[in-house]
Amino acid sequence: MSTDVLIDLLQIIMLTLTSVVVMLVAGFKREHGLVNVLTTAGLAASLLVFVFIDPILPLQATELLYFDEYSLFFSALIILGALTVSILAYPYFESHHSNNEEFYILLMTATLGAVVLACSTHFVSFFIGMEMLGVSLYAMIAYPVHSEKTAKFPLEAALKYLIMSGLTSGLILFGIALIYALTGTMFFNDLAPAIETQDVASSPVIIAAWLMIISGVAFKLSLVPFHIWTPDAYEGAPVPVTAFLATVSKAAMLAVTLRLLLISDAFQYEALLLVLTVMAAASMLLGNLLALLQDNVKRLLAYSSIAHFGYLMIVIIAAASVPGMLSVESMGFYIAAYFIMSLAGFAVISAVSNSGKELDMISDYQGLFWRNPWLAAVMITVLFSLAGIPLTAGFIGKFYIFTSGVEGSLWFLLTMLIIGSSIGLYYYLRIIYAILQQPAKGSKKDPVTQAIPFGTHAVLASMIATIIYLGVYPMPMINILQSLAAAF
Amino acid sequence: MILVWLMLILFAGGIGAWLSESRGIGVPRVIALVAILLDLALVVFMLLAPDSIGLTPVTNEQGEWLVLFQADWIPRFGISFIFAADGFSLLLIALTVFLGLISLGSAWHEIKERSGFFYFNLLWTLAGVIGVFTALDLFLFFFYWEVMLIPMYFIIAIWGHENKEYAAMKFFIFTQVSGLLMLLSILVLVFFNYQATEVITFSYFELLGNGLSGGVGMLVMLGFFIAFATKLPAVPIHNWLPDAHSQAPTAGSVILAGILLKTGAYGLIRFTVPLFPEPSMAFAPIAMTLGVVSILYTAKVAFAQNDLKRLIAYTSVSHMGFVLLGVYAWNAQALQGAVMTMLAHGFSAAALFMLAGGLQHRIHTRDMDKMGGFWGVAPKMSFMALFFTVAAVGMPGLGNFVGEFLVLLGSFQVSITTTAFAALGLVVAAVYSLIVIQKVFHGENKNNYEFDDLTFIEMGCFALMMIGLLWMGLYPQSMLDMAEPTLRSLGVTFP
Repeated sequence: MSTDVLIDLLQIIMLTLTSVVVMLVAGFKREHGLVNVLTTAGLAASLLVFVFIDPILPLQATELLYFDEYSLFFSALIILGALTVSILAYPYFESHHSNNEEFYILLMTATLGAVVLACSTHFVSFFIGMEMLGVSLYAMIAYPVHSEKTAKFPLEAALKYLIMSGLTSGLILFGIALIYALTGTMFFNDLAPAIETQDVASSPVIIAAWLMIISGVAFKLSLVPFHIWTPDAYEGAPVPVTAFLATVSKAAMLAVTLRLLLISDAFQYEALLLVLTVMAAASMLLGNLLALLQDNVKRLLAYSSIAHFGYLMIVIIAAASVPGMLSVESMGFYIAAYFIMSLAGFAVISAVSNSGKELDMISDYQGLFWRNPWLAAVMITVLFSLAGIPLTAGFIGKFYIFTSGVEGSLWFLLTMLIIGSSIGLYYYLRIIYAILQQPAKGSKKDPVTQAIPFGTHAVLASMIATIIYLGVYPMPMINILQSLAAAF
Repeated sequence: MILVWLMLILFAGGIGAWLSESRGIGVPRVIALVAILLDLALVVFMLLAPDSIGLTPVTNEQGEWLVLFQADWIPRFGISFIFAADGFSLLLIALTVFLGLISLGSAWHEIKERSGFFYFNLLWTLAGVIGVFTALDLFLFFFYWEVMLIPMYFIIAIWGHENKEYAAMKFFIFTQVSGLLMLLSILVLVFFNYQATEVITFSYFELLGNGLSGGVGMLVMLGFFIAFATKLPAVPIHNWLPDAHSQAPTAGSVILAGILLKTGAYGLIRFTVPLFPEPSMAFAPIAMTLGVVSILYTAKVAFAQNDLKRLIAYTSVSHMGFVLLGVYAWNAQALQGAVMTMLAHGFSAAALFMLAGGLQHRIHTRDMDKMGGFWGVAPKMSFMALFFTVAAVGMPGLGNFVGEFLVLLGSFQVSITTTAFAALGLVVAAVYSLIVIQKVFHGENKNNYEFDDLTFIEMGCFALMMIGLLWMGLYPQSMLDMAEPTLRSLGVTFP
């Protein structure tokens, strides 16, 4: 193994090292603060490592991992998400006195899995990454279950996620096996030529295999009709974990899926496109409609995330007919914007919650604007961004989706997008209105009782600055995305 | 650059007002006043002495621009900052800043809670509207189109009246959804232009003459039309307006009726028809019919209201029907009339909403059945009400008359039937307007309301608007001359 490969692997090595160190430290000295600082520092180091050392790109490092700007971009996003979660987790778990230290080990392994997914161009690393991420997540969702007083029903959430996720893994594995049986390769790059030389392109088995893989991916991305686990898992999991689930796990899955579809030429199958189209339309419609009925902010965001991934599917479907560059660019921007706004939204919920008591009903936020204008401003910006209003990153993201859709002439899906976003406006505005209302007369005093630590403030401030910056001056981000999309 | 300054001053003033909120109620409003006065001074210089502030008109293929500012924004998609103003936009900018001052006057004593944030929203709405009137990059235009919406939403949702949640939501959803249709249309237009010319651009100058016609052209044009007709508003997509207007605080109603409605008309004149001449001509009969239906239907509905603000709101729709009629008649007189109606209605509607808001602030009701005999209680207010009502009805000598008369004159050359029905609107207007005077100011003061007459600030605001309307009525040529070059460059032939 050459030094070049080692340098490229540095990020992954840092992450692995951190999880080992955290495990050892937690084994010898159980101190929440110390473990949290170690985790945060480890994540920050692996995020910053490539600022100081130039990686050699692109490079196939071992057979399983491939490093190019694309994988680096998504790895950075993933680690950033994990870093935020780690900062948010400390005040959240600190209040309940039990064994909090293992949470960070799980967080590290989940992040490692997600990064492996983002760097994968091989079905084996695809599967390994997915499982590392998934298995860590079961435990993370259920983490507070052993404590006496938990805010939610983490066990129920974890069990649902476990069963669904197990089924998914089975499906994907079966799909991979079928493809391997027909083509004899697991490299994404070799799939298209192998299918051609073996002359199996029209074989029903290969279509079945693709459908299995896509259904599995749809489970992870919670697209309708594979979405049923989402609201329960979002609601039942502790807020920092919900944030992780909503951003990191989905972004990693999406990154590898787009790469897989683009380089394996899967778009030649009409059936696959049809399935994707139906799922996208159903997600946009159903996600938004069901979100209308929610009074719980976490559930509402769960349904809205279903709708958002429906929007994103437009980009993936458009990739069949528009240059891959635009698709990668659009998806990169949207996912980055979605990442930041979701994290900021969950950060607000997390700032007012702890593991004993979560403020997650819309009514809990009534009058927030009058009591804590800062948190209210963040939340309102996030909601506007989710609704795709200008001045925010969400708007440019939605603009990209529209552009991809128009270039791919997907008029049906664009109509659904407009209908979906219109419905979406209603429930985002409901929360915004609740925040703006005068606090109810005679209500108990401010429900926001706990002091908000500096770390959370820093997270909120940087997220909000990024949302506005990307919304007003997206050019630097677009340049980055264009250079990484050039490979496709 | 001066256009950018106009907006920057308002943006900065808004932030300043917000930050100074903790220093009491007085500081934010003074900051807001200073910002608006600075803008007003700039606008006056631009109108009267453009040379003295170093403005040199720029001429390009699309007309003569008093100011033209260009800079890259998102070169990836050919999106740039293009701010330009010609006579037409300048008139509307002047209207915006002037009514901004008026709305500040009406908020002066009314807004007591979170006043810093209120003035922030007020100034940002104004800045957004100026952006709409000057942006000539379609993406930038859409950006401002939405930006002016959010602060207005806050104004209604926070400082509105009893049913504000419903009104604010409806306002936002109507505008936003129609805006999304426009965004889609913009993208389709840009995409087709890209296929034809291999250049991605959102610039208005480049997209003019795109030659989009046929079925696609019609659909794309409709996307624009629906967005602008919602804002205008025209029947059948007008019904966000009565709720928004009646629930908004006075300053909000003043801005809504006086300025925001004009952005719809501006969009039709500047974008919809010039970008899609053929589809627009094919669509003109329908649009003119919608205009007439707006005029007559909402006049009738207005007559049936007993909520004072709702009544005035419906009359706004009725008057904007004339604008729609004038735009789609698309000849010199009709368009000049539409421009005059936009300006004059800006003044008269703003004044009427200020009166209604002032009344509500004093007696806490908008129900006309509870009012009566106010001439004895507040003679100054009653006089003002009479003056602006008569102006709205279209009394010769005041601005509204000139506008509506020119619209009818122009549309008569296009369609006699339509014009005949539209002219009925003038008759109905008298009915629904005078009923207000009768119910509220004449008769018996049944509930024995006692309240203070107009304050000094309010009198000042009304006096300014009176002068404006008289000016428009007696010397309309000064404004027609300003709008004429614009209309010429849009392809209208003048006799």
